[in-house]
Amino acid sequence: MNDGAEHIVKSYEHELAKLRDLVTQMGGLVESQVALATDAVVNGDGAAATRAVEQDPAVDAIEREAEQFVIRLLALRQPVASDLRQIVATLKITGDLERIGDYAANVAKRSIVLNQFALPFTLSGLGHMSRLVQENLKLVIDAIDLRSPEKAVQVWRADQAVDDLYNALFRELITYMMEDPRNITPCTHLLFVAKNMERIGDHATNIAEVTYYAITGEVLPEGRPKGDNSAYAIVRPKEQ
Amino acid sequence: MNVTHSGTASGFPLRDQGVALRLSRRRRAVSRLIEALCVLATLAGLFLLGSILFTLVSNGIGGMNWTVFTRITAPSGDGGGLLNAIVGTIIQAGLGTLLGTPVGLLVGTYLSEYGRDSKLGEAVRFVSDILLSAPSILIGLFVYRLMVEPAGGYSGWAGVVALAVIVVPIVVRTTEDMLRLVPISLREAAVALGAPRWKAITQICYRAARDGIVTGILLAIARVAGETAPLLFTSLGNLNWSLDMTQPMSSLPVTIYSYASSPFDDWVQLAWVGALLITAGVLALNILARVVLRKRS
Amino acid sequence: MSITMSEQTINAPASQARATQNEPRLAIKNLDFYYGANQALKSISLDLPDCKVTGMIGPSGCGKSTLLRVLNRMYDLYPGQRAEGEVLMDGYNILDKGTDINALRARIGMVFQKPTPFPMSIADNIRFGVKLHERLSKADMDQRVEWALTKAALWDEVKDRLNTSAIGLSGGQQQRLCIARTIATRPEVILLDEPTSALDPISTLKVEELIDELKRDFTIAIITHNMQQAARCADQVAFFYLGEMVEVGTATQIFTAPRQKRTQDYVTGRFG
Repeated sequence: MNDGAEHIVKSYEHELAKLRDLVTQMGGLVESQVALATDAVVNGDGAAATRAVEQDPAVDAIEREAEQFVIRLLALRQPVASDLRQIVATLKITGDLERIGDYAANVAKRSIVLNQFALPFTLSGLGHMSRLVQENLKLVIDAIDLRSPEKAVQVWRADQAVDDLYNALFRELITYMMEDPRNITPCTHLLFVAKNMERIGDHATNIAEVTYYAITGEVLPEGRPKGDNSAYAIVRPKEQ
Repeated sequence: MNVTHSGTASGFPLRDQGVALRLSRRRRAVSRLIEALCVLATLAGLFLLGSILFTLVSNGIGGMNWTVFTRITAPSGDGGGLLNAIVGTIIQAGLGTLLGTPVGLLVGTYLSEYGRDSKLGEAVRFVSDILLSAPSILIGLFVYRLMVEPAGGYSGWAGVVALAVIVVPIVVRTTEDMLRLVPISLREAAVALGAPRWKAITQICYRAARDGIVTGILLAIARVAGETAPLLFTSLGNLNWSLDMTQPMSSLPVTIYSYASSPFDDWVQLAWVGALLITAGVLALNILARVVLRKRS
Repeated sequence: MSITMSEQTINAPASQARATQNEPRLAIKNLDFYYGANQALKSISLDLPDCKVTGMIGPSGCGKSTLLRVLNRMYDLYPGQRAEGEVLMDGYNILDKGTDINALRARIGMVFQKPTPFPMSIADNIRFGVKLHERLSKADMDQRVEWALTKAALWDEVKDRLNTSAIGLSGGQQQRLCIARTIATRPEVILLDEPTSALDPISTLKVEELIDELKRDFTIAIITHNMQQAARCADQVAFFYLGEMVEVGTATQIFTAPRQKRTQDYVTGRFG
């Protein structure tokens, strides 16, 4: 974040570099976890599901390490300006990544249950949504690595599409359940899967916002394009 | 590796214990030698000082009696004292200091506060330093030409002026040095409160430099109280009782000078007493000033 | 109290003189400063807002001390130093030739890096500055001494030994005495040139707490090399570099998101 200018205190520079490495490492791990979970749901890959669940403790461990590291840096270095923004951002980003990892693990677990059902419909909508979420996740991790505010803004904008897909998926799954009560169990699981994916998208957006602030020192405007309207998908709230 | 060599193949000094120990042993020896020389020099100085004081006291104390303070100088065998010389010295040294000190203070202040880097300041400092180390007999001659010749006779006033001329450069030097020791920050602090420059100097700097300046004035008194040469040409000395400043005036150093080289034992004895009195007086002055200063701060 | 600055009387109580609350107490406009042929300040423009603390940071030799010494015309002590431009106080340019400098310094007080107690009693230290500008009865003077020492959070520590030498105080107490001495003349602006650099951390915190108290009544400018101190004390922070003012902003802005790269590099420790 400093155009290559080095800290006078070398050890501080090393510590900041280590902090960046931790985020990158955690980002890569979570990214693969989400990919495995998607694979497990969309293609019924049981082995992928197991691996996605098994990765979770590693992600949590990195998060804890990063947290301790950040506390130490805050106490010992009293960071200001770009350093402060980067360090605080790291704390929030690792928190978001940890949540993403949890959602991915949850999706993977549900995929194991889903595998026991023969679904009378394709999961193309879910597949599409998952791809979009994965793309966003990859893009936001790139934004962190490359310190690119442009990429962060791109992610921040792209979440609208994920929300739209989620709304469509929600209606679709409700329809299946209304058609045949035997679909209720798998569709409920699928609803959760879709919701988890949508949440992953939201966390990716959070990361994008934090990353943008860390890089530029400016806050993205309040009115993020938000589009989860599933709460009102079937029944509109009564006008007061 | 050969431990007796102090170098390695890389040309780097070798930290081997033998060498380090031997070096430190040599250094310690040199250190002790220097220390011993210093102590020796100090002892030598103290011994000389002590022997002077001892000679002074042992020779002078015998002749110390009331007549020294109550009677004036008289021919040998008449049981004369030193009263006129003592009073003459007090008057001349006192007035000389009173006359020279204000001038010295002002010049020293100018040198430290106003003319620090100016051409005039440098010239004044140079002249003052020369005056400081000038033989005092020259000053006597100078005042002789200045006052004694035009007035057509020796006088107490001429003695006072000669002593004042000696006082000035001493006070100038100590005042300047002591004022320079006052940190700039103290002056700036006073000025920053809205004090004009002269108030900062008179109320803050003088106060901070007070001890040093007073010591300088005392030094000057001590110096002039023992001066003989300039008085020989100015107040000359007077064997009679006289407080008339326009007439020749007696003084201790001049009396000592003439008595000490006289063939009469009682006069020589009085010269020793006079010397002891000057020494004791200067010492008492110093102690007194120190006590007063300590009490006030 | 009758302090006059040039033609106009400027001794009106600070609160009256402040026509509008938003008007800066001191407005520096296009200020250049020279040590002989050496230009030490280049076109500085900076407002010191009323009853706010302005922190000045920057590497040694960047001109921040010079700027402070222009504001109470300390540079007048040294020939060869000159300032060009404007420093406006109540619309009057204090750099004008006709300015009564001693009266000006009563309105703009200054505290230095090293504590500079005068070699006199604690009470006399306070009285010295007051006597320069006002004639007070003994009772009024005693009251002023107590007021100033109380303001400077020193009264309780020294009230039983007001007539002992100020030299005997600890470094932190000496510095608070210097602050008390400065506020005793009831200035409107207080300039602090690294006031805590010679103090231990606890004394430093006491002085910082004091600054926080004082800004209710006084406009304060403080130079510090301690970034955290600037962050803690100052409402606005100005960063100086090579005689220029690179950036000024709220303390929060300077220490979280500075606009200029040079500021960023300096506050994060990436300089040189």
